[in-house]
Amino acid sequence: MELLHMNAAELSGTIKSGAVSVEEAVTCYRDRIAGTEAKIGAFLTIEDMQLEQRINEVQKGIRGGRYTGPLAGVPLAVKDNICTKGLRTTCASKMLENFIPTYHATVIERLEAAGMIVLGKTNMDEFAMGSTTETSAFQTTRNPWNEEYVPGGSSGGSCAAVAAGEVPLALGSDTGGSVRQPAAYCGVAGLKPTYGRISRYGLIAYASSMDQIGPVGRTAAECRALYECIAGFDEKDAATAKRQVQKTFGDGKNVTTEERLERIKGMRFAVPGEYFGEGTGTEVREAVEKAAALLAQNGAVVEEICLPMTEYAVAAYYIIACAEASSNLSRFDGVKYGYRTKEAENLHELYKKSRSEGFGEEVKRRIMLGAFALSEGYYDAYYLKALKVRRLIKEEFDKVFSSYDCILSPTAPSTAPKSGTSLSNPLQMYLGDADTVAVNLAGLPAISVPCGFDKAGLPIGLQFIGNSFCEDTLFAAAEGYEELRGVFPAAWNTAADKKTQEASDIESVRFAEEV
Amino acid sequence: MPQNGIGTGERQYDTVIGLEVHIELSTKTKIFCGCSTKFGAPPNTQTCPVCTGMPGSLPVLNRKVVEYAIALGLATNSRINRRCLFDRKNYFYPDNPQNYQISQLYVPICEEGHLKISTKTIRIHEMHMEEDAGKLIHDDAAGVSLVDYNRSGVPLIEIVSEPDFCNAEEVIAYLEKLRMVCKYLGISDCKLQEGSMRVDVNLSVKKAGSKVPGTRTEMKNLNSFKAITRAIEAEEKRQIALLEAGKEVEQETRRFDDGTGKSYPMRSKEDSKDYRYFPEPDLPPVFISEEWIEEVRSRQPEFREEKVARFQREYGIPAYDADILTQSVQLAKLFEETARLSGQPKKTANWFMGELFRLVKERNLEPETLLFSPKHAADLIVAVEEGRINQANAKEVFEKVVTEDAEPLSYMEAQGLTNLSDAGALQAAIREVIAENAGIVEEYRSGKEKVFGFLVGQVMKKTKGKAAPGQVNELLKNALRQRILK
Repeated sequence: MELLHMNAAELSGTIKSGAVSVEEAVTCYRDRIAGTEAKIGAFLTIEDMQLEQRINEVQKGIRGGRYTGPLAGVPLAVKDNICTKGLRTTCASKMLENFIPTYHATVIERLEAAGMIVLGKTNMDEFAMGSTTETSAFQTTRNPWNEEYVPGGSSGGSCAAVAAGEVPLALGSDTGGSVRQPAAYCGVAGLKPTYGRISRYGLIAYASSMDQIGPVGRTAAECRALYECIAGFDEKDAATAKRQVQKTFGDGKNVTTEERLERIKGMRFAVPGEYFGEGTGTEVREAVEKAAALLAQNGAVVEEICLPMTEYAVAAYYIIACAEASSNLSRFDGVKYGYRTKEAENLHELYKKSRSEGFGEEVKRRIMLGAFALSEGYYDAYYLKALKVRRLIKEEFDKVFSSYDCILSPTAPSTAPKSGTSLSNPLQMYLGDADTVAVNLAGLPAISVPCGFDKAGLPIGLQFIGNSFCEDTLFAAAEGYEELRGVFPAAWNTAADKKTQEASDIESVRFAEEV
Repeated sequence: MPQNGIGTGERQYDTVIGLEVHIELSTKTKIFCGCSTKFGAPPNTQTCPVCTGMPGSLPVLNRKVVEYAIALGLATNSRINRRCLFDRKNYFYPDNPQNYQISQLYVPICEEGHLKISTKTIRIHEMHMEEDAGKLIHDDAAGVSLVDYNRSGVPLIEIVSEPDFCNAEEVIAYLEKLRMVCKYLGISDCKLQEGSMRVDVNLSVKKAGSKVPGTRTEMKNLNSFKAITRAIEAEEKRQIALLEAGKEVEQETRRFDDGTGKSYPMRSKEDSKDYRYFPEPDLPPVFISEEWIEEVRSRQPEFREEKVARFQREYGIPAYDADILTQSVQLAKLFEETARLSGQPKKTANWFMGELFRLVKERNLEPETLLFSPKHAADLIVAVEEGRINQANAKEVFEKVVTEDAEPLSYMEAQGLTNLSDAGALQAAIREVIAENAGIVEEYRSGKEKVFGFLVGQVMKKTKGKAAPGQVNELLKNALRQRILK
């Protein structure tokens, strides 16, 4: 089998068996990136300087028995808001255009300890604020299914890279749907873990109380493998839970089709009517309903429920997220961190000009919104009220999970919009997050897997929401569904794509050292 | 109503003062990271991604800080909240790399405490934990400002009192008490000059007996107790003068200048910042169990009042002595062990209050850092009492004990400071003195006993001061008497 077509576990197995060297595997993906990047634009920085050394280290580690895990030798892409020591980390912002972290995020340390190899940093909405990856200060990322469409966001680069076959796995971050929604738009799987499950140390904060790093893969099972390698308590993130990461379902081994199908029998799914409201496209609704029916036909219990607080989720989310962002991003002032304006008369002007010039429109909008919500005289009416809504939403979910294993819903009300159509109407864009933000407010885990296509041939995402720290159940549900659904086509595995690849083999790609 | 009228003309005014005191805690590491808090290291050598606000870094609370806050809470009779929260205080300033300070506003760790001073009880509104900022160094010659982040993240406790003070004396009494409590707890050295204790004074005046509070000002940059006293007195006068002239006091923050003894406006109420406080999302709530509080309580030290009483009771020393000897925890400890080992508490107290204090003052020593062995001090005191060394020589040895922790007995021996214990040698010296001073001996024998002192002096001189005065007296008298009988 061609290396590119292997799933991450198969690739690792092939490397560990010695049939393929780490260098061969990495080169294979590097070539793939070189061939497709001009078209997709998923990467902001491609690792070059430290790569050779890393390949040798991993090869040696595998031979020496240091790296034996299920993902040893597997390359991956990392969203550009996760700090990588010595590798530029920009948050897709002019503010951090030249920021080279002095330390690794905890997740990077863990995946390196598992013998994985970071190939590069992926494009995103600036500071993870946006739903299309169009607020990036540097480049446009295109949807591998149709280049006229956005990949979604904010982890658009990571999801597009996986969808385009440039990497088998990637890391994104999800504050209000930023892993799940682009995963849905790009036809790949993406997990937002329980808040506190994966360390945020080294993730450049957008909204600290909701930010979670999450894996992106071609299937839920691949997400699980990456999740299991990075999840768990970290003494550097006080919000991480000391709970054991349940691995009863996967535990590094390959689960058989029979086991997966067996596991969903009797599993109880709740389908909330609020997630199929007015704004939801017909094709999306039909695809999700079809998926629910498929589960029901195969022994799962599927019942309709109500989550009336859902309608307040978007408003509460934007108030809390923007409030936290206004504080988190205040360190980018041109003094110690961030772009500094060329000339300033005094300190105040230095702040003002650096921040006005360094941040993009959407980031400035959210900082202003957040600062306003926290201001004296408005705090109670906005921020405190949003916190109350947040608690009510959590209570509503808790009630559901007292009698159901999972909630089933669309990941987004629609499929990917065309490029250039979203930013002019931010409010409309915010409403597009209606299906994902409640999960972040409540701190729950959720995964998106593809469940069909619309007429334009764009993928539709199915969202499974689980109870806190029940990722195991969530994976069981999503993997069971994937078995029933069958193999989902890959955007890159088509004849047309192959032609493009051959044609673009000679095109040059922008590598890190050229920036 | 407090009767503290300060008069100008016929009108009387009451002064109302509240304090905000910052105490820098003497934990080994910072409040949210593992960096050292040691003072005086080269700039930016005690930093890490967390205390320099590196993007992506996260704070993790130092357990010791909570423990120190609980200890201070217990010592000030405060309520310890079983669940407390951290909040972010947002403001832009280059000494703070992340442009927000992690502090506690909505649910601080301690509330509703009090501290007694001799004249009254001062209520404490609340106490909270927070992080210190870095230090700005302005180099005017080079036209640049530099930032040292070594201090960034050093733990602080802020103690906010109720406006219960009427004058500077009460303020100083409270601060001294608070400082003593912190030192006894070992949680801070509370040095105003070095900034490990910082005091902001909120002051207003109102017509005597009036229930309407006056407009208050906040005074900053007070670097000594003396400065605090001067600032309070000057501010009372300034506010009264304004009111007397029919003007109004402006609500503002003022900066005291120790050089001129005057204060100057820093910022007015209109410029007051909106700190946009909100709950710190990176730190979960701190839960403080009953067991934890009891554990801290069980380790609370004996405080000064208790120690003073016990010293009087156990060692039979006067209240005055006990009070002085408990000024510092280390001093009290040294005294107690020395007194016990020597079995001479009052003599020990005298040595400490006399010689030790003289040395501390002369050599600018910190009582807290005295390190000599009580065994050495006790051995010396016993030697003096047993007549093995005279007072003058003992002082010399005592200095060696205090400054170098010298072993007194071998030092005395080596330096030849021991009294002559050899009776024969002393007798010989006496015989010589009698022989050499026949005239004076005659005078003595004829009843002029005043010259006895002179003869003693001669013996001491001959023995180079090493003879025990009591022994000299006795033997000399005997020798003189023998001749008479002859």
